[in-house]
Amino acid sequence: MIDQNLYERYHRQIILPEFGEVGQQKLLKAKVLVIGAGGLGCPALQYLAAAGVGTIGIVDDDVVALNNLHRQVLYSVNDIGLSKAERATHILQQLNPDINIISYNERLENQNALMLFEEFDIIIDGTDNFSTRYMINDACVLLNKPLVYGAISQFEGQVSVFNPQPLKGGNEAVNYRDLFPDPPKEGEVLNCAEAGVLGVLPGIIGTMMANETIKLITGIGEPLVNQLLTYNALNNQVYLLNLSARTETRSLIPKDEKAFLQMNYVWLCSSPVQQSEIDPDIFNDMIAKGNVDVIDVREPHEMPAVNEFKHLKIPLAQLADNNSLIKSENVIAFCQSGKRSIQAAKILSGIFGDSKKIYSLRGGIIEWKKQKQTV
Amino acid sequence: MSVKIILFGKLAEIVGGSVSVDNVADTDSLINALHNDYPEFAKTKYVIAVDKQVIKENTVLNNKSTVALLPPFSGG
Repeated sequence: MIDQNLYERYHRQIILPEFGEVGQQKLLKAKVLVIGAGGLGCPALQYLAAAGVGTIGIVDDDVVALNNLHRQVLYSVNDIGLSKAERATHILQQLNPDINIISYNERLENQNALMLFEEFDIIIDGTDNFSTRYMINDACVLLNKPLVYGAISQFEGQVSVFNPQPLKGGNEAVNYRDLFPDPPKEGEVLNCAEAGVLGVLPGIIGTMMANETIKLITGIGEPLVNQLLTYNALNNQVYLLNLSARTETRSLIPKDEKAFLQMNYVWLCSSPVQQSEIDPDIFNDMIAKGNVDVIDVREPHEMPAVNEFKHLKIPLAQLADNNSLIKSENVIAFCQSGKRSIQAAKILSGIFGDSKKIYSLRGGIIEWKKQKQTV
Repeated sequence: MSVKIILFGKLAEIVGGSVSVDNVADTDSLINALHNDYPEFAKTKYVIAVDKQVIKENTVLNNKSTVALLPPFSGG
């Protein structure tokens, strides 16, 4: 029996016949881990804490920034520069002091993922990058943990429940890799920082993720099992796709803990140089967007001369010693044919690691000039 | 024969409106036609669904088919 104070707090959902005191008890006993306390994580956390999920873990190593506040409405200007995990924990604990909220002010890595996930019943993916998303999916498959998935881009969102346990009706559990087996390569998709996002969209999608989580815990309704919901904020179109498990998927997922620890998810999603080659039209787009340093790594005498766009001239051999000239977050190297610039990209990746995105112009300046003439 | 095509994310942005392709018997020829009309499609990762079911192999289309092309989103 729930005590009077709790009964009062959750009264409006307890009186729902499908939910009742039994549903509330299930929520109070549930342990949910929310990864990413950002656009999706904030609304999901607010509703889960308010609904009385008994134990909530929050993983995020980021701090609140001013440009978060248009969509991460849990935070205020006073939180800028402070840990998201810690601020979210503090604010949510004020909303509901009766639940247990654990803050993990750390980055989710192969090394901590499995240990962390084992402590929880349901994992919520509110992250903002593919490498972490694939890692979370694989860890959930390894540990048989249900995964509530949400992702957004500009005006559109996706929601699904992957890997539900146990699965009704003898179907095989679908996971994220059944839908998208491999991570996209650099430049194949947009990220929010490049493409933008309407502030209210993660509010809608994150709230749907909280709803799916509550349905999974309490057993009411029909969670998005083996289905992907897409939502378009501009025209209110909702599209439900049916998903099915694929036999090949299993081979993509690490088979045990040891293999999982050895997976390099960051590399899988971005770093290899062959993946960082960009075509002339993407090259032009990136220059137009700005925040990019373009470097001519040819020797000074080499022709054709380039005066169509602003660039630095640092011959390949001098690149390592002159890297302090490179200031922007994105760097594109080019040469005559696109071969030396691959070398340059390798050198720069070694110097800057994850702090900059390094690209090489495929086909070099020759190809670029050729395409320019045909346009 | 003309199938209904629904595009999401970057693909919708590339096309910038509605798209129709005539006389395609299966998903392979539909995708070929789209890549022909919109070369940027080839640089985008997406999954194909026919009548709301995600497919991995060439699938025969009829004039009632709806084909959806859906790229992955990473944002959160």
